[in-house]
Amino acid sequence: MSDAAHAHDDHGHHAHPTGIMRWLTTTNHKDIGSLYLWFSLIMLFTAGSMALLIRSELFEPGMQLMHPDFFNQLTTMHGLIMIFGVIMPAFTGFANWQVPLMIGAPDMAFPRMNNWSFWLLPVAGIMLLGSFWLPGGAVAGGWTMYPPLFIQGGVSYDLTILAVHIMGLSSIMGSINIITTILNMRAPGLTLMKMPMFVWTWLITAYLLIATMPVLAGAVTMLLTDRNFGTHFFNAAGGGDPVMFQHIFWFFGHPEVYILILPAFGIVSQIIPTFSRKPLFGYASMVYATASIAILSFTVWAHHMFAVGMPVAAQLFFMFSTMLIAVPTGVKVFNWVATMWKGSLTFETPMLFAIAFVCLFTIGGFSGLVLAMAPVDIQLQDTYYVVAHFHYVLVSGALFSIFAGIYYWLPKWTGHMYNETLGKTHFWLSVIGMNIVFFPMHFLGLAGMPRRIPDYALQFTEFNQIATVGAFIFGFSQLVFLVLVLKTIKGGAKASDQVWEGAQGLEWTVPSPAPYHTFETAPVVK
Amino acid sequence: MKSMWQRAGVMGAVWAASQSALADYAYNLQEPASQVAREVFHLHNLIMLVCVGIFIIVFGMMFYSLVKHRKSVGHKAAHFHENTTVEIIWTIIPFIILVGMAYPAAKVVIEMKDTSNPDMTVKITGYQWKWGYDYLNEGVHFYSTLATPREQIDGTATKDEHYLLEVDDPMVVPVGKRVRLLITANDVIHSWWVPAFGVKQDGIPGFIRDSWFKADKIGTYRGQCAELCGKDHGFMPIVVKVVSEEDYKAWVAKKKGTAQAAAADNTKTFDVKELVERGEKVYQANCAACHQANGMGLVGVFPAMNGSKVATGPIAAHINIVVHGGRPGTAMVGFADRLSDAEIAAVVTYERNAWDNKMGDAAQPADIAAARGGAAVAAAPAAQ
Repeated sequence: MSDAAHAHDDHGHHAHPTGIMRWLTTTNHKDIGSLYLWFSLIMLFTAGSMALLIRSELFEPGMQLMHPDFFNQLTTMHGLIMIFGVIMPAFTGFANWQVPLMIGAPDMAFPRMNNWSFWLLPVAGIMLLGSFWLPGGAVAGGWTMYPPLFIQGGVSYDLTILAVHIMGLSSIMGSINIITTILNMRAPGLTLMKMPMFVWTWLITAYLLIATMPVLAGAVTMLLTDRNFGTHFFNAAGGGDPVMFQHIFWFFGHPEVYILILPAFGIVSQIIPTFSRKPLFGYASMVYATASIAILSFTVWAHHMFAVGMPVAAQLFFMFSTMLIAVPTGVKVFNWVATMWKGSLTFETPMLFAIAFVCLFTIGGFSGLVLAMAPVDIQLQDTYYVVAHFHYVLVSGALFSIFAGIYYWLPKWTGHMYNETLGKTHFWLSVIGMNIVFFPMHFLGLAGMPRRIPDYALQFTEFNQIATVGAFIFGFSQLVFLVLVLKTIKGGAKASDQVWEGAQGLEWTVPSPAPYHTFETAPVVK
Repeated sequence: MKSMWQRAGVMGAVWAASQSALADYAYNLQEPASQVAREVFHLHNLIMLVCVGIFIIVFGMMFYSLVKHRKSVGHKAAHFHENTTVEIIWTIIPFIILVGMAYPAAKVVIEMKDTSNPDMTVKITGYQWKWGYDYLNEGVHFYSTLATPREQIDGTATKDEHYLLEVDDPMVVPVGKRVRLLITANDVIHSWWVPAFGVKQDGIPGFIRDSWFKADKIGTYRGQCAELCGKDHGFMPIVVKVVSEEDYKAWVAKKKGTAQAAAADNTKTFDVKELVERGEKVYQANCAACHQANGMGLVGVFPAMNGSKVATGPIAAHINIVVHGGRPGTAMVGFADRLSDAEIAAVVTYERNAWDNKMGDAAQPADIAAARGGAAVAAAPAAQ
């Protein structure tokens, strides 16, 4: 990192602080993008280690390594950190690096607020992780924070609520910045319907964030007052309703799912045309599909609650609306396949991850369709089938798209080509490991293994053992990725400005590595 | 129309049966034991077939393209994009498929939700971490707790066949009767789930939700709590025994007899040894989850019983905590509603005489009855 710092200092035309102060005070979109991505990587290894502990305990029936309460702390923190500490910051990191470069803007619209958006995150991260050392340990009520269970916990539960508030604040500031940048700072001639798909998906994601984060903040604030100030929002004995929390939470939670996947769609929609040497098949229909998914995502929340017991009409409504989301999602998948069709394909690491994304995300989409059928969901709700479903969407979906994006843009960011052999090793280990972990979980869920249990009945043993072996393969293969990134930053073959033969867009017109300041005069897009 | 769905179900079943190599592995939905569960089973097979079919077509095309349209075999990129006809077709076809799937699913939803005309009604209450059953028509009431011994969980004993899926006192229902379930919870949200019946219903504290099943076959069916409910969420199984009408009547009679005997116990006086013996069972079923079988509790979370100020202090205070609960905000609930006078007397006596606690004194059912009234008596002067 310090090498890079020196290189940038030489370039700067006004004095920059050096060392730690450079990073604490930076308002540069590239610096902040890097900070987000490093934070995300550290959290990936942190929450990933928790996953390996969970899988170790589940290697065989019986309690071997830990107490059930600590197991619950691990599952809860794994979920919270992976969502709020890994996937969301990684996408925001991409937005910081790429949105200005892709629309020909010199920086983000509000550089100082950008600094704040990032530096709030480590504060929240420390609050979450530090709670492991508080009396009673970390929060153990599940990342969904359902009351009344969440009301029972100790001081770490209040700390978690505060951390969620801070992360929400960070996301909202980040989103305001991204929306303003995209709407006001595009290069002359770059109309909305000419924007790269990644920019489009982030624009829509940012609106989703602004719409839902305050809802989450409201829900956790009510938890906080129920816990500490004698209110009874979620306490039936005081006239409240525990189920109301679930409605509010999932009104945030389902759009959140698309917050975690729409930028992934954007990254993949950049990569597939590049390596197919062919334009995206249906640009306009991709934009409309993304917007439809975002709008529909506000009408499906209660499909997370079929087992709560809703009236028939509500069950039917949420079942139909959920199934409807398959239509625009299908449009996207068909578009990616049609983009590859009759292209001139090459299979560099970003393309490999993008193809794996399309294929495996679709498996996650299909299991989502299975879960959308309310009667089937009654059998599968809160089982390992759900765990398999959302890991296909979030690991082979969101995380793989993040890997794909890193491989795709790393040469532009560092000025060096990454090592293709290492990249392909990382890809194959990840894709095989990931499937060994999560595919058997479909069977476990169908056979009736509930999720969030530290110990299980004997008939679930074999598939759990397979999953644990896969988890270690998948987990340790991420060290290959770490080595690759560090090597690429330090050196490697010089990357050209164009980097990829088929790449299109403004970011490929600037030198590699991208200078500290780019597009100080706006380019003109024809 | 219906036969088509059934055929799809049969095809799925044939496919499942052909996977005999996987016979030892549980990998599909459990064998249904009610009409609703059977319909869910077939619905799942149908949607699986549709998904697998679409997957093969779409990704067959993609992999064909990956092989044939690669640069290394000299394929030159075509430059077509945007085709309104194609885009309309691939929007409409999935929509039609979805409507085809939504229709049978909606029928099952409606059937699942119809809890009218039950033959009998059972109220089920989730507790941290056990289930309570109230047979409203028969007046039978009991709790059902994990029966797997601690040693099997800790790995010091061999795990038996129904490890973690066995209870001390199962729910019993007659075969072929429509059983309406009123499901609620006492503390946090739990979820009562028996896969073979196709029933999963959250129990929500302060609210009652209903569901129903009609078991086809005599047998024992097992399930688990399906909503995270704290530390021992993984240790509160459900066992339902489906029996013939006669066996059910005999079971009800026996349960009523036990209840009468328990009522009679409440007026007796026991010696310390009798109380300790009985108290150990009550302790294992109700207290050991937190305070642990060895009485050591869990440091920082649940206090130890062994050598505790309560168990070795004045007996009246000890009884009071067990009957009315601990300090507000702690996990210690009062057992006044859950245990009989004799059971509370037994467990208090056990706690005072087990491990290193050698108090030698005993609580009698009469003391518990007095302690129950104690709160009321204490409240009475304040009301005047």
